[in-house]
Amino acid sequence: MAEQSPLRAFWAAFRENRGAFAGFVVVLFIVLVAIGADFIAPHSPTEQFREAVRAAPMWAEGGSSRFVLGTDSLGRDMLSRLIHGARISLFIGLAVMGVSFIIGVALGLACVSFQGTLGNAVDVAITRLMDLIMAVPSLVLAILVVAVLGPSLTNTIIAVTVVYLPRYVRLVRASALTELGKDYVIAARVAGVGPWRLMFTTVLPNCLSPLIVQAALGVSDAILEAAALGFLGLGAQPPTAEWGTMLADAREFIRSNPWLVTLPGLAILVTVVSINLMGDGLRDALDPKMRRS
Amino acid sequence: MLRYLLRRLALTIPTFFALMFVTFVAIRLVPGDPVEVRVGERGISAERLAMFRHELGLDQPVWKQFADYVGQLLHGDFGTSLATNQKVLVEFAALFPATIELSLAGMLFAVLLGIPAGTIAAARRGSIYDQTLMGLSVTGYSMPIFWWGLLLIMFVAERWGLTPVSGRIDLIKYYFEPVTGFMVVDAWLSGQAGAVKDALHHLVLPAVVLGTIPLAVIARMTRSAMLEVLNEDYVRTARAKGLPAWRVVGLHALRNALIPVVTIIGLQVGTLMAGAVLTETIFSWPGVGKWLIESIGRRDYPALQGGVMLISSIVIGVNLLVDLTYGLINPRIRHG
Repeated sequence: MAEQSPLRAFWAAFRENRGAFAGFVVVLFIVLVAIGADFIAPHSPTEQFREAVRAAPMWAEGGSSRFVLGTDSLGRDMLSRLIHGARISLFIGLAVMGVSFIIGVALGLACVSFQGTLGNAVDVAITRLMDLIMAVPSLVLAILVVAVLGPSLTNTIIAVTVVYLPRYVRLVRASALTELGKDYVIAARVAGVGPWRLMFTTVLPNCLSPLIVQAALGVSDAILEAAALGFLGLGAQPPTAEWGTMLADAREFIRSNPWLVTLPGLAILVTVVSINLMGDGLRDALDPKMRRS
Repeated sequence: MLRYLLRRLALTIPTFFALMFVTFVAIRLVPGDPVEVRVGERGISAERLAMFRHELGLDQPVWKQFADYVGQLLHGDFGTSLATNQKVLVEFAALFPATIELSLAGMLFAVLLGIPAGTIAAARRGSIYDQTLMGLSVTGYSMPIFWWGLLLIMFVAERWGLTPVSGRIDLIKYYFEPVTGFMVVDAWLSGQAGAVKDALHHLVLPAVVLGTIPLAVIARMTRSAMLEVLNEDYVRTARAKGLPAWRVVGLHALRNALIPVVTIIGLQVGTLMAGAVLTETIFSWPGVGKWLIESIGRRDYPALQGGVMLISSIVIGVNLLVDLTYGLINPRIRHG
């Protein structure tokens, strides 16, 4: 009987998990919406319709099909803003994940790569720094970084990356340490494999599964953190259609126009839940020990 | 044990120094001259500017400034707020009880619901209860709590009128001098009729909002710890003895499953502090989180610097305490 390919086995295990699969479908939908935002959105996210300020959504009294989800306090179409917001949130999530992944792998491997006194010093320095970052409450640290750099989309990404970097570094360091003690690594060393090749070709691929799970869950954490910064007025600045910033703008209309508050938050929640469900499914599918527990 | 304690303490010291260094550097990187921020933007003579610089120690070499900063911190001086001209430590200490009260209430909510929920989910593994509870747990874990807070205000406070919208107590009806800083305790001490009830009413929504993420984490952790314990031999023995299921699960298993759960509870302090920033902002709760955000708005960088330093020190301290307690309970940790 032919051996099942690892990718197939993974897919089978992933499909079996209904929650994870549903999460995957929703994430796929959001990604498509984000990519096609320019074509899907009925209006520009920043165009102000002065004659239709705070219009009700279609199904409510006084709503019209022109603005399906109504308009905000400046008469901008909510649906278009939410669609473009998906693009911004996903961009933040992926950018933070990408940068922390790369720096995390580099620093994590640097912790275990060098030998002797120098190696020890590098390891201690990096580990201590990561411990420090972990000790400061995530949002407080992000606030400090933004206060120093000034509020903007780019600085949001930098702040959130700083906050979540230690998770990647620790993970890479811990799994690399475990792998380094194994026989195949010793065999590779004996065979004369150079330090770069040893780290990136021999060791790293075997550390990847927990890292992939962390990366998936890291996207949702980053989206949540960035939205919190936006809500506090320290993230993306108006008129950018960012979900957290939209919520902050809508706060004063909580009594008169509840959907202005409800919709952006719902968008954040649905996105984050879907990514987390998908991430949990990834973990179960990648780690047979965790399966069915 | 003593050796473990000392080693753990020694490891904390470099973290503190690094923290001081980072806050020191961060504030120096802030765009704008601190002297100009302080004296305003109007024209000012060169002599007065030099005097202010000297007063703030900005004419000294950088390493000397850092040494002075560390010296001040070690003497408990966390700087002076630019906005109020008060010592940062004094301001922080006045507001901190409100944050503790809120955090304790949030944690109570999370523990009282999370442990039973996790236990039920584990005992009825795979059932509709398990699936519902774990679905709720993922939702809670993914919750943007600033939105959750607004939603609760919208329905519970505004539409149904069950709780007040913001603040810690009805200031028109009740007034008393703070004694402990905990509104519920102070209300009780004041002896005014209905004051305690009013304070609790104000506390409910913020506590639920702040407790939501810890609740989800605790429920999940309890479930997985219980599942592990339920496979142990002593649980099988207890079942074989014919003990009723609630005794096996609720006493024999739960007691052993709680060790990792207690650790997780301790480690939620950071989450609580981060959550407090958002929760206090939404509910106008006069604690350190709201104060920190307002300090940024006022460009009050010494307050921000001191606040971050103080909050982080508290979190580091609590985490250290959790570690030590864990070492005390579980001897295997000590020899790691």
